[in-house]
Amino acid sequence: MNRLAVELPGLSLKNPIMPASGCFGFGREYAKFYDLSVLGAIMIKATTLEARFGNPTPRVAETPSGMLNAIGLQNPGVDKVLAEELPWLAQYDVPIIANIAGATVEEYVEVAKRISQAPNVHALELNISCPNVKKGGIAFGTVPEVAAELTRAVKEVSAVPVYVKLSPNVTNIVAMAKAVEQAGADGLTMINTLLGMRLDIKTAKPILANVTGGLSGPAIKPIAIRMIYEVSQAVSIPIIGMGGIQSAEDVIEFFYAGASAVAIGTANFIDPYVCPHIIRDLPPLLDELRIHHISECTGRSWNNGQTVYCGT
Amino acid sequence: MKEHMTIISNRQIAKGVYELTLASSLVGRMRTPGQFVHVKVATFAPLLRRPLSLCDINHEASECTIVYRAEGAGTTLLSQKQPGETLDVLGPLGNGFPLSVLSSGQRALLVGGGIGVPPLYELAKQLVKNGVYVTIVLGFQTKDVVFYEERFASFGKTYVATVDGSYGMKGFVTDVIEHHALSFDVLYACGPKPMLKALQQQFPHKELYLSLEERMGCGIGACFACVCRVPHSETAYKKVCSDGPVFRAGEVVL
Repeated sequence: MNRLAVELPGLSLKNPIMPASGCFGFGREYAKFYDLSVLGAIMIKATTLEARFGNPTPRVAETPSGMLNAIGLQNPGVDKVLAEELPWLAQYDVPIIANIAGATVEEYVEVAKRISQAPNVHALELNISCPNVKKGGIAFGTVPEVAAELTRAVKEVSAVPVYVKLSPNVTNIVAMAKAVEQAGADGLTMINTLLGMRLDIKTAKPILANVTGGLSGPAIKPIAIRMIYEVSQAVSIPIIGMGGIQSAEDVIEFFYAGASAVAIGTANFIDPYVCPHIIRDLPPLLDELRIHHISECTGRSWNNGQTVYCGT
Repeated sequence: MKEHMTIISNRQIAKGVYELTLASSLVGRMRTPGQFVHVKVATFAPLLRRPLSLCDINHEASECTIVYRAEGAGTTLLSQKQPGETLDVLGPLGNGFPLSVLSSGQRALLVGGGIGVPPLYELAKQLVKNGVYVTIVLGFQTKDVVFYEERFASFGKTYVATVDGSYGMKGFVTDVIEHHALSFDVLYACGPKPMLKALQQQFPHKELYLSLEERMGCGIGACFACVCRVPHSETAYKKVCSDGPVFRAGEVVL
Protein backbone atom coordinates (compact mmCIF):
# COMPACT_ATOMS: atom_id res chain seq x y z
CA MET A 1 0.00 0.00 0.00
CA ASN A 2 1.25 3.44 -0.90
CA ARG A 3 1.07 5.37 2.35
CA LEU A 4 1.31 8.70 0.51
CA ALA A 5 -1.48 8.03 -2.01
CA VAL A 6 -4.43 10.39 -1.74
CA GLU A 7 -7.81 10.34 -3.46
CA LEU A 8 -9.49 13.69 -4.09
CA PRO A 9 -12.30 14.64 -6.46
CA GLY A 10 -10.95 13.99 -9.95
CA LEU A 11 -7.49 13.28 -8.62
CA SER A 12 -5.84 9.97 -7.81
CA LEU A 13 -2.56 11.20 -6.43
CA LYS A 14 0.42 8.90 -5.86
CA ASN A 15 1.48 11.41 -3.26
CA PRO A 16 -0.05 14.65 -1.99
CA ILE A 17 2.80 16.90 -3.21
CA MET A 18 2.35 19.22 -6.17
CA PRO A 19 3.98 22.43 -7.31
CA ALA A 20 1.71 25.45 -6.90
CA SER A 21 0.42 27.45 -9.82
CA GLY A 22 2.67 30.27 -10.94
CA CYS A 23 5.74 28.73 -9.33
CA PHE A 24 6.37 26.01 -11.87
CA GLY A 25 5.50 27.50 -15.26
CA PHE A 26 4.23 24.62 -17.38
CA GLY A 27 6.87 22.29 -16.00
CA ARG A 28 9.47 22.56 -18.76
CA GLU A 29 12.12 24.27 -16.64
CA TYR A 30 11.89 21.76 -13.80
CA ALA A 31 11.90 18.78 -16.17
CA LYS A 32 15.59 19.58 -16.67
CA PHE A 33 16.14 18.83 -12.98
CA TYR A 34 14.01 15.72 -12.37
CA ASP A 35 11.36 13.38 -13.78
CA LEU A 36 8.04 15.19 -13.34
CA SER A 37 6.26 11.82 -12.99
CA VAL A 38 7.39 11.67 -9.34
CA LEU A 39 4.98 14.50 -8.50
CA GLY A 40 1.49 13.93 -7.14
CA ALA A 41 0.10 16.51 -9.57
CA ILE A 42 1.12 19.76 -11.25
CA MET A 43 -0.78 23.00 -10.92
CA ILE A 44 0.08 24.82 -14.12
CA LYS A 45 0.48 28.57 -14.49
CA ALA A 46 -2.74 30.58 -14.59
CA THR A 47 -4.23 30.53 -18.06
CA THR A 48 -6.42 33.25 -19.54
CA LEU A 49 -8.35 33.40 -22.81
CA GLU A 50 -5.81 35.60 -24.62
CA ALA A 51 -2.05 35.78 -24.20
CA ARG A 52 -0.92 38.21 -21.50
CA PHE A 53 2.46 39.89 -21.13
CA GLY A 54 1.88 40.72 -17.48
CA ASN A 55 3.27 43.61 -15.47
CA PRO A 56 6.41 45.69 -16.04
CA THR A 57 9.55 44.83 -14.07
CA PRO A 58 10.66 44.83 -11.28
CA ARG A 59 8.19 42.06 -10.60
CA VAL A 60 9.72 40.63 -7.45
CA ALA A 61 11.03 42.03 -4.19
CA GLU A 62 12.31 40.20 -1.16
CA THR A 63 11.01 40.43 2.38
CA PRO A 64 12.14 38.67 5.56
CA SER A 65 11.42 34.97 4.99
CA GLY A 66 9.33 35.78 1.97
CA MET A 67 8.98 37.48 -1.36
CA LEU A 68 6.57 39.80 -3.08
CA ASN A 69 5.63 39.12 -6.67
CA ALA A 70 3.57 41.03 -9.18
CA ILE A 71 3.96 38.99 -12.36
CA GLY A 72 0.45 39.81 -13.60
CA LEU A 73 -0.71 36.45 -14.97
CA GLN A 74 1.72 36.32 -17.88
CA ASN A 75 0.70 33.34 -20.02
CA PRO A 76 0.43 32.37 -23.69
CA GLY A 77 -3.39 32.10 -23.69
CA VAL A 78 -5.61 29.02 -23.49
CA ASP A 79 -5.27 27.91 -27.12
CA LYS A 80 -1.50 27.81 -26.96
CA VAL A 81 -1.58 26.05 -23.59
CA LEU A 82 -3.87 23.42 -25.15
CA ALA A 83 -1.79 23.11 -28.31
CA GLU A 84 1.71 23.19 -26.85
CA GLU A 85 1.98 22.93 -23.09
CA LEU A 86 -0.56 20.25 -22.13
CA PRO A 87 0.44 17.81 -24.92
CA TRP A 88 4.05 18.22 -23.83
CA LEU A 89 3.11 17.52 -20.21
CA ALA A 90 1.21 14.38 -21.31
CA GLN A 91 4.52 12.51 -21.62
CA TYR A 92 4.60 12.44 -17.81
CA ASP A 93 2.48 10.20 -15.61
CA VAL A 94 1.08 13.10 -13.60
CA PRO A 95 -2.40 14.64 -13.41
CA ILE A 96 -2.63 18.33 -14.24
CA ILE A 97 -4.66 20.87 -12.32
CA ALA A 98 -5.28 23.79 -14.65
CA ASN A 99 -5.39 27.17 -12.94
CA ILE A 100 -7.73 29.47 -14.84
CA ALA A 101 -8.18 33.23 -14.59
CA GLY A 102 -10.18 35.91 -16.30
CA ALA A 103 -11.48 39.46 -16.20
CA THR A 104 -15.14 38.49 -16.63
CA VAL A 105 -17.37 35.51 -15.82
CA GLU A 106 -17.58 34.85 -19.57
CA GLU A 107 -13.81 34.64 -19.86
CA TYR A 108 -13.53 32.17 -16.97
CA VAL A 109 -16.30 30.07 -18.49
CA GLU A 110 -14.70 30.01 -21.93
CA VAL A 111 -11.27 29.04 -20.57
CA ALA A 112 -12.84 26.39 -18.31
CA LYS A 113 -14.84 24.93 -21.18
CA ARG A 114 -11.79 24.58 -23.41
CA ILE A 115 -9.06 23.58 -20.99
CA SER A 116 -11.13 21.01 -19.06
CA GLN A 117 -11.37 18.96 -22.28
CA ALA A 118 -7.64 18.23 -22.30
CA PRO A 119 -7.11 14.54 -21.47
CA ASN A 120 -4.45 15.19 -18.82
CA VAL A 121 -6.35 17.99 -17.06
CA HIS A 122 -7.99 16.21 -14.13
CA ALA A 123 -9.22 19.27 -12.26
CA LEU A 124 -9.50 23.04 -12.54
CA GLU A 125 -8.26 25.54 -10.02
CA LEU A 126 -10.40 28.64 -10.18
CA ASN A 127 -8.10 31.60 -9.59
CA ILE A 128 -10.26 34.17 -7.86
CA SER A 129 -7.42 35.44 -5.75
CA CYS A 130 -4.64 36.90 -7.88
CA PRO A 131 -3.85 40.26 -6.30
CA ASN A 132 -1.75 41.48 -9.25
CA VAL A 133 -4.22 42.18 -12.02
CA LYS A 134 -6.49 45.18 -12.27
CA LYS A 135 -9.52 43.39 -13.65
CA GLY A 136 -10.85 40.07 -12.43
CA GLY A 137 -8.69 37.88 -10.29
CA ILE A 138 -9.16 39.06 -6.75
CA ALA A 139 -12.30 41.04 -7.59
CA PHE A 140 -14.04 37.67 -7.71
CA GLY A 141 -12.39 36.50 -4.53
CA THR A 142 -13.49 38.95 -1.89
CA VAL A 143 -17.28 38.97 -2.07
CA PRO A 144 -18.93 35.59 -1.25
CA GLU A 145 -21.90 36.03 -3.61
CA VAL A 146 -19.66 37.00 -6.55
CA ALA A 147 -17.36 34.02 -5.93
CA ALA A 148 -20.34 31.70 -5.67
CA GLU A 149 -21.83 32.92 -8.93
CA LEU A 150 -18.55 32.41 -10.75
CA THR A 151 -18.11 28.95 -9.25
CA ARG A 152 -21.59 27.97 -10.37
CA ALA A 153 -20.98 29.22 -13.90
CA VAL A 154 -17.66 27.39 -14.22
CA LYS A 155 -19.04 24.19 -12.67
CA GLU A 156 -21.73 24.14 -15.32
CA VAL A 157 -19.27 23.96 -18.20
CA SER A 158 -16.29 22.15 -16.71
CA ALA A 159 -15.70 18.55 -17.68
CA VAL A 160 -13.62 18.01 -14.53
CA PRO A 161 -13.95 18.83 -10.81
CA VAL A 162 -13.43 22.46 -9.83
CA TYR A 163 -11.28 23.62 -6.94
CA VAL A 164 -11.56 27.25 -5.89
CA LYS A 165 -8.37 29.04 -4.84
CA LEU A 166 -9.17 31.29 -1.91
CA SER A 167 -7.59 34.62 -1.15
CA PRO A 168 -6.40 35.40 2.36
CA ASN A 169 -7.11 39.09 1.69
CA VAL A 170 -10.59 38.89 3.17
CA THR A 171 -12.16 39.55 6.55
CA ASN A 172 -13.95 36.23 6.76
CA ILE A 173 -12.40 33.38 4.78
CA VAL A 174 -14.87 30.87 6.22
CA ALA A 175 -17.75 32.78 4.61
CA MET A 176 -15.93 32.65 1.26
CA ALA A 177 -15.29 28.92 1.61
CA LYS A 178 -18.88 28.14 2.52
CA ALA A 179 -20.22 30.25 -0.34
CA VAL A 180 -18.19 28.43 -3.00
CA GLU A 181 -18.91 25.04 -1.41
CA GLN A 182 -22.63 25.73 -1.67
CA ALA A 183 -22.13 26.84 -5.26
CA GLY A 184 -20.76 23.41 -6.09
CA ALA A 185 -17.00 23.65 -5.66
CA ASP A 186 -15.46 20.19 -5.43
CA GLY A 187 -12.55 21.37 -3.34
CA LEU A 188 -10.60 24.38 -2.10
CA THR A 189 -7.01 25.41 -2.54
CA MET A 190 -5.63 27.89 -0.07
CA ILE A 191 -4.06 30.26 0.48
CA ASN A 192 -3.06 32.56 -2.35
CA THR A 193 -0.61 35.37 -1.60
CA LEU A 194 -1.20 38.24 0.82
CA LEU A 195 -1.26 41.71 -0.62
CA GLY A 196 1.89 43.59 0.39
CA MET A 197 4.28 46.34 -0.56
CA ARG A 198 7.90 47.46 -0.21
CA LEU A 199 9.51 50.85 -0.67
CA ASP A 200 13.01 51.70 -1.87
CA ILE A 201 14.99 53.33 0.92
CA LYS A 202 16.82 55.67 -1.50
CA THR A 203 13.99 56.76 -3.78
CA ALA A 204 11.08 56.41 -1.31
CA LYS A 205 9.14 54.82 -4.14
CA PRO A 206 7.65 51.30 -4.42
CA ILE A 207 10.15 48.63 -5.49
CA LEU A 208 7.58 46.77 -7.56
CA ALA A 209 6.55 48.44 -10.80
CA ASN A 210 3.00 47.30 -9.99
CA VAL A 211 3.30 49.13 -6.63
CA THR A 212 1.80 46.22 -4.66
CA GLY A 213 2.44 42.50 -4.89
CA GLY A 214 1.55 39.16 -3.39
CA LEU A 215 3.53 37.98 -0.38
CA SER A 216 4.53 34.32 -0.37
CA GLY A 217 7.10 32.09 1.28
CA PRO A 218 7.67 30.88 4.85
CA ALA A 219 6.53 34.28 6.17
CA ILE A 220 2.89 33.45 5.40
CA LYS A 221 2.85 29.87 6.68
CA PRO A 222 1.22 30.64 10.06
CA ILE A 223 -1.58 32.51 8.31
CA ALA A 224 -2.19 29.62 5.95
CA ILE A 225 -2.25 27.16 8.85
CA ARG A 226 -4.74 29.29 10.77
CA MET A 227 -7.04 29.73 7.78
CA ILE A 228 -6.98 26.05 6.82
CA TYR A 229 -7.66 25.17 10.47
CA GLU A 230 -10.74 27.40 10.44
CA VAL A 231 -12.05 26.53 6.98
CA SER A 232 -11.55 22.76 7.19
CA GLN A 233 -13.84 22.63 10.22
CA ALA A 234 -16.53 24.61 8.45
CA VAL A 235 -16.72 22.79 5.09
CA SER A 236 -16.88 19.17 3.99
CA ILE A 237 -14.97 19.49 0.70
CA PRO A 238 -11.23 18.74 0.73
CA ILE A 239 -8.52 21.39 0.92
CA ILE A 240 -5.23 21.49 -0.95
CA GLY A 241 -3.09 23.60 1.36
CA MET A 242 -0.32 25.99 0.40
CA GLY A 243 1.61 28.93 1.81
CA GLY A 244 5.29 28.78 2.65
CA ILE A 245 5.81 25.02 2.68
CA GLN A 246 9.51 24.12 2.51
CA SER A 247 9.83 20.71 4.15
CA ALA A 248 8.12 17.41 4.96
CA GLU A 249 7.50 18.75 8.48
CA ASP A 250 5.63 21.71 7.01
CA VAL A 251 3.51 19.31 4.95
CA ILE A 252 2.47 17.38 8.06
CA GLU A 253 1.59 20.64 9.81
CA PHE A 254 -0.71 21.59 6.91
CA PHE A 255 -2.35 18.16 7.10
CA TYR A 256 -2.85 18.52 10.85
CA ALA A 257 -4.51 21.89 10.18
CA GLY A 258 -6.98 20.24 7.81
CA ALA A 259 -5.37 19.88 4.36
CA SER A 260 -5.74 16.66 2.32
CA ALA A 261 -2.90 17.50 -0.06
CA VAL A 262 -0.47 20.37 -0.39
CA ALA A 263 1.16 22.57 -3.00
CA ILE A 264 4.70 23.91 -2.92
CA GLY A 265 5.24 27.39 -4.30
CA THR A 266 8.07 29.79 -3.55
CA ALA A 267 10.32 26.97 -2.29
CA ASN A 268 10.70 25.78 -5.91
CA PHE A 269 12.49 29.03 -6.70
CA ILE A 270 14.98 28.48 -3.92
CA ASP A 271 15.58 24.79 -4.53
CA PRO A 272 14.38 23.31 -7.82
CA TYR A 273 14.55 19.85 -6.22
CA VAL A 274 12.32 20.73 -3.24
CA CYS A 275 9.26 18.71 -4.35
CA PRO A 276 11.07 15.38 -4.92
CA HIS A 277 13.03 15.94 -1.71
CA ILE A 278 9.84 16.44 0.32
CA ILE A 279 8.32 13.31 -1.28
CA ARG A 280 11.47 11.40 -0.29
CA ASP A 281 11.42 12.79 3.26
CA LEU A 282 7.77 12.04 4.04
CA PRO A 283 7.82 8.24 4.66
CA PRO A 284 10.61 8.38 7.28
CA LEU A 285 8.84 11.30 8.94
CA LEU A 286 5.59 9.31 9.10
CA ASP A 287 7.60 6.46 10.70
CA GLU A 288 8.98 8.84 13.26
CA LEU A 289 5.48 10.13 14.04
CA ARG A 290 4.08 6.56 14.08
CA ILE A 291 1.55 7.42 11.41
CA HIS A 292 0.69 4.69 8.96
CA HIS A 293 -0.91 6.70 6.16
CA ILE A 294 -0.61 10.41 5.48
CA SER A 295 -4.39 10.82 5.23
CA GLU A 296 -4.59 10.06 8.94
CA CYS A 297 -2.96 13.44 9.54
CA THR A 298 -5.75 15.49 7.97
CA GLY A 299 -7.48 17.64 10.58
CA ARG A 300 -5.65 15.99 13.48
CA SER A 301 -5.35 19.35 15.23
CA TRP A 302 -9.09 19.41 15.81
CA ASN A 303 -10.60 16.00 15.13
CA ASN A 304 -8.89 13.87 17.80
CA GLY A 305 -7.26 11.53 15.34
CA GLN A 306 -10.23 10.55 13.20
CA THR A 307 -9.75 10.65 9.48
CA VAL A 308 -12.03 13.41 8.26
CA TYR A 309 -11.52 13.10 4.56
CA CYS A 310 -10.22 9.97 2.97
CA GLY A 311 -11.69 10.57 -0.40
CA THR A 312 -14.00 8.63 -2.62
CA MET B 1 23.31 21.20 -11.12
CA LYS B 2 23.24 22.10 -7.44
CA GLU B 3 26.18 21.53 -5.12
CA HIS B 4 27.74 22.76 -1.94
CA MET B 5 30.91 24.48 -3.11
CA THR B 6 33.83 25.15 -0.79
CA ILE B 7 35.04 28.70 -0.36
CA ILE B 8 38.76 28.86 -1.21
CA SER B 9 39.07 32.61 -0.74
CA ASN B 10 36.82 35.63 -0.36
CA ARG B 11 38.75 38.90 -0.35
CA GLN B 12 38.14 42.57 -1.00
CA ILE B 13 39.81 43.80 -4.21
CA ALA B 14 38.35 47.33 -4.39
CA LYS B 15 36.00 49.42 -2.28
CA GLY B 16 32.99 47.18 -1.64
CA VAL B 17 34.11 44.76 -4.35
CA TYR B 18 34.98 41.16 -3.46
CA GLU B 19 36.59 38.28 -5.27
CA LEU B 20 35.21 34.88 -4.26
CA THR B 21 36.83 31.63 -5.34
CA LEU B 22 34.80 28.43 -5.02
CA ALA B 23 35.73 24.79 -5.59
CA SER B 24 33.73 21.66 -6.39
CA SER B 25 33.05 19.30 -9.27
CA LEU B 26 30.28 21.67 -10.39
CA VAL B 27 33.05 23.66 -12.13
CA GLY B 28 33.22 20.81 -14.66
CA ARG B 29 29.86 21.98 -16.02
CA MET B 30 30.97 25.60 -16.40
CA ARG B 31 32.00 26.37 -19.95
CA THR B 32 30.66 29.62 -21.32
CA PRO B 33 31.63 33.12 -20.19
CA GLY B 34 28.55 35.18 -19.35
CA GLN B 35 26.78 32.31 -17.60
CA PHE B 36 25.92 32.79 -13.94
CA VAL B 37 25.52 30.79 -10.77
CA HIS B 38 22.62 31.18 -8.35
CA VAL B 39 23.97 31.34 -4.80
CA LYS B 40 22.06 30.71 -1.57
CA VAL B 41 23.56 33.03 1.02
CA ALA B 42 21.30 32.35 4.02
CA THR B 43 18.44 30.05 5.03
CA PHE B 44 15.63 32.57 5.52
CA ALA B 45 16.91 36.09 4.98
CA PRO B 46 17.44 36.71 2.19
CA LEU B 47 15.20 33.90 1.05
CA LEU B 48 16.05 33.93 -2.64
CA ARG B 49 19.33 33.04 -4.30
CA ARG B 50 21.69 35.67 -5.69
CA PRO B 51 22.60 35.52 -9.39
CA LEU B 52 26.35 36.12 -9.80
CA SER B 53 28.17 35.87 -13.09
CA LEU B 54 31.23 33.71 -13.56
CA CYS B 55 34.43 35.72 -13.79
CA ASP B 56 37.01 32.97 -14.15
CA ILE B 57 36.67 29.24 -14.75
CA ASN B 58 39.65 27.06 -13.85
CA HIS B 59 38.95 23.47 -14.84
CA GLU B 60 42.39 22.20 -13.79
CA ALA B 61 41.85 23.27 -10.19
CA SER B 62 38.05 22.68 -10.30
CA GLU B 63 37.71 26.29 -9.16
CA CYS B 64 35.65 29.23 -10.31
CA THR B 65 35.90 32.89 -9.38
CA ILE B 66 33.09 35.36 -8.90
CA VAL B 67 33.55 39.10 -8.42
CA TYR B 68 30.64 40.84 -6.71
CA ARG B 69 29.79 44.11 -5.01
CA ALA B 70 28.64 43.93 -1.38
CA GLU B 71 25.67 46.22 -1.72
CA GLY B 72 22.45 44.68 -0.43
CA ALA B 73 21.78 42.35 2.46
CA GLY B 74 22.60 39.20 0.50
CA THR B 75 25.94 40.23 -0.95
CA THR B 76 26.96 41.85 2.36
CA LEU B 77 26.35 38.52 4.11
CA LEU B 78 28.29 36.81 1.34
CA SER B 79 31.25 39.12 1.90
CA GLN B 80 31.47 37.87 5.50
CA LYS B 81 31.83 34.20 4.53
CA GLN B 82 35.18 32.63 5.36
CA PRO B 83 37.42 30.20 3.47
CA GLY B 84 36.49 26.62 4.33
CA GLU B 85 32.77 27.38 4.60
CA THR B 86 30.49 26.00 1.92
CA LEU B 87 27.90 27.70 -0.26
CA ASP B 88 24.79 26.17 -1.86
CA VAL B 89 25.28 26.92 -5.56
CA LEU B 90 22.90 26.22 -8.44
CA GLY B 91 24.27 26.44 -11.94
CA PRO B 92 25.77 27.24 -14.28
CA LEU B 93 22.65 28.96 -15.59
CA GLY B 94 21.73 31.03 -18.61
CA ASN B 95 23.32 31.45 -22.00
CA GLY B 96 26.67 33.18 -22.14
CA PHE B 97 28.50 35.18 -24.78
CA PRO B 98 28.75 33.46 -28.17
CA LEU B 99 32.41 32.83 -29.01
CA SER B 100 32.05 31.08 -32.35
CA VAL B 101 30.93 34.28 -34.09
CA LEU B 102 34.61 35.28 -34.25
CA SER B 103 37.47 33.35 -35.74
CA SER B 104 41.21 33.64 -35.28
CA GLY B 105 42.57 37.00 -36.36
CA GLN B 106 39.31 38.91 -35.94
CA ARG B 107 38.82 41.72 -33.42
CA ALA B 108 36.58 41.89 -30.38
CA LEU B 109 35.82 44.94 -28.28
CA LEU B 110 34.90 44.11 -24.69
CA VAL B 111 33.06 46.83 -22.78
CA GLY B 112 32.29 46.54 -19.07
CA GLY B 113 30.62 48.92 -16.67
CA GLY B 114 31.05 48.64 -12.89
CA ILE B 115 30.04 45.27 -11.55
CA GLY B 116 29.33 44.24 -15.16
CA VAL B 117 33.07 43.92 -15.73
CA PRO B 118 33.67 40.43 -14.22
CA PRO B 119 32.13 38.15 -16.90
CA LEU B 120 34.30 39.84 -19.53
CA TYR B 121 37.40 38.39 -17.87
CA GLU B 122 36.63 34.75 -18.75
CA LEU B 123 35.38 35.98 -22.13
CA ALA B 124 38.70 37.75 -22.85
CA LYS B 125 40.60 34.66 -21.76
CA GLN B 126 38.67 32.35 -24.09
CA LEU B 127 38.71 34.76 -27.05
CA VAL B 128 42.48 35.20 -26.81
CA LYS B 129 42.84 31.42 -26.66
CA ASN B 130 40.89 31.29 -29.94
CA GLY B 131 43.33 33.73 -31.54
CA VAL B 132 40.94 36.68 -31.45
CA TYR B 133 42.42 40.14 -30.82
CA VAL B 134 40.71 41.80 -27.89
CA THR B 135 40.53 45.42 -26.81
CA ILE B 136 38.97 46.17 -23.44
CA VAL B 137 37.18 49.27 -22.18
CA LEU B 138 36.23 49.37 -18.51
CA GLY B 139 34.06 52.06 -16.94
CA PHE B 140 33.74 52.77 -13.23
CA GLN B 141 32.18 55.47 -11.05
CA THR B 142 35.40 56.43 -9.30
CA LYS B 143 38.99 55.34 -8.68
CA ASP B 144 38.20 53.41 -5.45
CA VAL B 145 36.06 50.87 -7.25
CA VAL B 146 38.38 50.13 -10.18
CA PHE B 147 39.45 46.48 -10.35
CA TYR B 148 41.10 43.95 -12.68
CA GLU B 149 42.72 46.55 -14.96
CA GLU B 150 46.09 44.77 -14.93
CA ARG B 151 44.58 41.35 -15.33
CA PHE B 152 42.67 42.50 -18.42
CA ALA B 153 45.80 44.19 -19.78
CA SER B 154 47.41 40.76 -20.15
CA PHE B 155 44.82 39.94 -22.82
CA GLY B 156 44.87 43.15 -24.83
CA LYS B 157 44.96 46.92 -24.83
CA THR B 158 42.87 48.02 -21.83
CA TYR B 159 41.31 51.47 -21.35
CA VAL B 160 39.72 52.69 -18.13
CA ALA B 161 37.25 55.53 -17.67
CA THR B 162 35.78 56.93 -14.48
CA VAL B 163 32.67 59.07 -14.33
CA ASP B 164 34.32 61.54 -11.93
CA GLY B 165 37.67 61.52 -13.72
CA SER B 166 39.57 60.30 -10.65
CA TYR B 167 41.22 57.56 -12.70
CA GLY B 168 41.80 57.02 -16.41
CA MET B 169 39.78 59.05 -18.82
CA LYS B 170 36.96 61.19 -17.42
CA GLY B 171 33.61 60.11 -18.79
CA PHE B 172 31.82 57.02 -19.99
CA VAL B 173 32.94 53.95 -21.91
CA THR B 174 31.29 55.37 -25.02
CA ASP B 175 33.57 58.45 -24.73
CA VAL B 176 36.63 56.20 -24.64
CA ILE B 177 35.50 54.28 -27.71
CA GLU B 178 34.85 57.51 -29.60
CA HIS B 179 38.02 59.24 -28.44
CA HIS B 180 40.28 56.40 -29.53
CA ALA B 181 38.11 55.52 -32.54
CA LEU B 182 38.13 51.88 -31.48
CA SER B 183 37.04 49.50 -34.20
CA PHE B 184 35.98 45.87 -33.98
CA ASP B 185 34.19 42.97 -35.68
CA VAL B 186 32.06 42.10 -32.64
CA LEU B 187 31.37 44.04 -29.46
CA TYR B 188 30.56 42.28 -26.17
CA ALA B 189 29.25 44.30 -23.24
CA CYS B 190 28.01 43.89 -19.70
CA GLY B 191 26.94 46.71 -17.42
CA PRO B 192 24.08 48.99 -16.43
CA LYS B 193 21.20 49.37 -18.86
CA PRO B 194 21.96 53.02 -19.78
CA MET B 195 25.46 51.94 -20.86
CA LEU B 196 24.07 49.09 -22.99
CA LYS B 197 21.55 51.47 -24.56
CA ALA B 198 24.27 54.00 -25.35
CA LEU B 199 26.38 51.32 -27.02
CA GLN B 200 23.42 50.12 -29.05
CA GLN B 201 22.85 53.69 -30.24
CA GLN B 202 26.53 54.25 -30.95
CA PHE B 203 26.75 51.16 -33.16
CA PRO B 204 23.31 50.55 -34.68
CA HIS B 205 24.66 48.48 -37.57
CA LYS B 206 27.31 46.40 -35.83
CA GLU B 207 27.19 42.98 -34.19
CA LEU B 208 26.77 43.58 -30.45
CA TYR B 209 26.15 41.08 -27.66
CA LEU B 210 24.82 42.59 -24.45
CA SER B 211 24.53 40.93 -21.05
CA LEU B 212 21.49 42.17 -19.11
CA GLU B 213 20.80 42.41 -15.41
CA GLU B 214 17.36 42.07 -13.87
CA ARG B 215 15.90 41.13 -10.49
CA MET B 216 15.46 37.39 -10.61
CA GLY B 217 13.40 34.89 -8.70
CA CYS B 218 14.17 31.31 -9.65
CA GLY B 219 16.96 31.89 -12.19
CA ILE B 220 15.78 28.97 -14.31
CA GLY B 221 12.90 30.50 -16.27
CA ALA B 222 9.94 29.36 -14.18
CA CYS B 223 8.85 32.42 -12.21
CA PHE B 224 8.62 35.07 -14.96
CA ALA B 225 10.20 37.74 -12.74
CA CYS B 226 12.94 38.80 -15.16
CA VAL B 227 11.15 39.08 -18.47
CA CYS B 228 11.87 41.78 -21.03
CA ARG B 229 9.98 42.80 -24.11
CA VAL B 230 10.74 41.84 -27.68
CA PRO B 231 10.56 44.68 -30.27
CA HIS B 232 7.29 45.16 -32.18
CA SER B 233 5.16 42.82 -30.07
CA GLU B 234 2.61 43.27 -27.29
CA THR B 235 2.92 39.81 -25.81
CA ALA B 236 6.29 38.40 -26.93
CA TYR B 237 9.00 38.26 -24.28
CA LYS B 238 12.38 36.84 -23.36
CA LYS B 239 13.49 35.77 -19.91
CA VAL B 240 16.79 37.30 -18.86
CA CYS B 241 17.72 34.25 -16.77
CA SER B 242 17.09 31.45 -19.23
CA ASP B 243 16.93 33.08 -22.69
CA GLY B 244 19.76 35.45 -21.74
CA PRO B 245 21.38 36.99 -19.86
CA VAL B 246 23.29 37.66 -23.11
CA PHE B 247 21.22 38.90 -26.04
CA ARG B 248 22.20 40.16 -29.46
CA ALA B 249 21.52 43.92 -29.67
CA GLY B 250 18.01 44.48 -31.00
CA GLU B 251 16.75 41.10 -29.83
CA VAL B 252 15.06 42.60 -26.75
CA VAL B 253 13.88 46.07 -25.73
CA LEU B 254 16.37 47.66 -23.36
